[in-house]
Amino acid sequence: MTIVFYLIQQLVNAVSIGSLYALMAVGLAMVFGILRLINFAHGDLMMVAAYFAAFALFAKLPLPLAILLMIAGTVLVGLLVERVGYRSIRGAPDVAALLTSFAVGQILQNGTLLATRLMQRPIQIAFPSPALLNGVVAFGSITVPRLNVVSLVTGVILLVLLSLFVTRTDLGLSMRAAAEDLPAAQLMGIDINRVIATAFAIGSGLAAVAGLLFAVQAGQINPYMGFTPVLKAFIAAVIGGFGSIAGAVVGGYALGALEVLLTAIPGIGDILPPGMVSPGVQAFLKQWLPGSLTSYRDAFVFVVLILTLLFRPNGILGQRGREEMQ
Amino acid sequence: MKTATLRRAAGPLAAMVALSVGLALLQFSGLAFWQGLVVNLGIFLILVLSLNLSNGFTGVFSLGHIGFMALGAYGAAILTLPLREKQEYLPNLPRWLAGVHFDFRLGPFSLGFLAATLIAALLVALVALVVGLVLMRLSGHFVAVATLGFLVIVRVLLFNADSFTRGSRTFSNVTPYTNLWWVWAWALVTLYVVWRLKRSPFGRAMLAQREDRWAAQSVGIAVMPPRLLAFVVSAFFTAVAGSLYAHFITSISPTAFYFDLTFKVITMLVVGGMGSVSGSVIGTVLVIALAEGLRRVEDVTLLYGISQIILAVIFILIIIFRREGLLGQREIPLDRLFVKGGEAKAE
Repeated sequence: MTIVFYLIQQLVNAVSIGSLYALMAVGLAMVFGILRLINFAHGDLMMVAAYFAAFALFAKLPLPLAILLMIAGTVLVGLLVERVGYRSIRGAPDVAALLTSFAVGQILQNGTLLATRLMQRPIQIAFPSPALLNGVVAFGSITVPRLNVVSLVTGVILLVLLSLFVTRTDLGLSMRAAAEDLPAAQLMGIDINRVIATAFAIGSGLAAVAGLLFAVQAGQINPYMGFTPVLKAFIAAVIGGFGSIAGAVVGGYALGALEVLLTAIPGIGDILPPGMVSPGVQAFLKQWLPGSLTSYRDAFVFVVLILTLLFRPNGILGQRGREEMQ
Repeated sequence: MKTATLRRAAGPLAAMVALSVGLALLQFSGLAFWQGLVVNLGIFLILVLSLNLSNGFTGVFSLGHIGFMALGAYGAAILTLPLREKQEYLPNLPRWLAGVHFDFRLGPFSLGFLAATLIAALLVALVALVVGLVLMRLSGHFVAVATLGFLVIVRVLLFNADSFTRGSRTFSNVTPYTNLWWVWAWALVTLYVVWRLKRSPFGRAMLAQREDRWAAQSVGIAVMPPRLLAFVVSAFFTAVAGSLYAHFITSISPTAFYFDLTFKVITMLVVGGMGSVSGSVIGTVLVIALAEGLRRVEDVTLLYGISQIILAVIFILIIIFRREGLLGQREIPLDRLFVKGGEAKAE
């Protein structure tokens, strides 16, 4: 039975981490779909959100108000970045835009560094996790961290709301039109600036929620915490099919599953109950899948990214031609 | 004919003599701070020049070069580490490597350092060939992200291969072989190779497939060979810079070779102008000078982070207002310095 519980627990882990990646990847995909811009500063927006939340909680604000302030602050920063930074380089070549987003990220990181210094805080801050997100939830004899349940539920709710917005509202329709063909959408009288600002606002809001959940999970925050998540979100978006919102969601959950597999499979020889597989197989598993392989997880994830780019450049859901990649 | 060649060589030669005199003066002045700065300048110059060869000339934008630098740094440092320290620091090295110590000298020249650097760089070039065969098929921002993936993979490997690298612990006690002369000799070699390549048929093929891939292919210029050549040669020199860096700083850890350094080198490249060799020199000098100046402002005002912010803002402004960088594709015609008529005699 233990093995069944183990599998269920890992499944919950996969879905909850997948929700976080999906929340992040959606923001990247919306902006990329419209502007062909890989916005690497997206991870830094997440970091900024974590700081907003931390300082709101330090000020002993109630949790809902803190979350509201965090989202509002992050959306504001996201809109500012778009207005001041990205609008000026619209139409620039791919790589120039990508590099600009790195520079924007540097500014956000060092701006946060500067702000924490001025407030006489250390670089690394212990995150004041709200009690609601701590502890575990027990379902029968299966216990799951409450954070994972919250991530899963929040992720699913927000993604459903987003899909309603994109399919059922005029602004959502304009956004899809702009992603399909920007100049044509413009000719049809769609206010492109409004659409792009909306994409940035929604992306920043989702990144803010993901930032809070990441910060609770990590227990501490620092100005550079956004780098790895944005890379992962990017991988998620590519695996799913870059530029499409549905692809980003699928990719997010696929990446969550992949990561949990890469964490769970090494060392499996040690946790299998005796008698489940023959001793020969168990010895083989212990020798070739030692638990120490887990530390290579990120390397494997990037190998998957590179393989996807090479063999299925349009991702799981993508249909468009290959030439875009090459 | 002969005098024409001489005249063309005169400009670069004069520059080299001026550089040597300057370096000699600096060497004897004993100003340790300035010596360190100029060594640093030389190392970054090699990094920027080789990145320009790959990213600027071929337009295939790699963000993974610092991974090659890290491999070069660790590779050479393992080879030059004295045997006793090797036993103490890296007790789990495989036997064939544990007894290796490159320490032979020829007069004042540490040939062992040269050999270690060359071996490490050649191995890295081999790695680059394999990586390039896979990744050079991509382009645009997808190659940028795939190579960024390579950087992350190298970092994970360095952290985990602790019998070679000591993992997350610092790899210290690297013999401080690097000095002004080694750095600038390598910088000049890099400069010469990159400049020659730009003017060679290979270089023209690189530029042609960058400008218009389909047009280039339609007149019989293959895309992969020039891209691969640029990638491999630039990885070689990047690894050399890594070795020079390791033997200058004398203690390295995987965290040093990551995105901050990548972005710094890219800033220098973009400021100078992608595709221009003289631009790389100017970009490197300008950004290093600016960063050093801003660092002092930071030390005085205690506003840590402000220098990075200013550099990033300058970077964005350059991309907005002068996307080609300061020099764009142009070169400073050093070889025409003493040629009558100057530009008129262009090839």
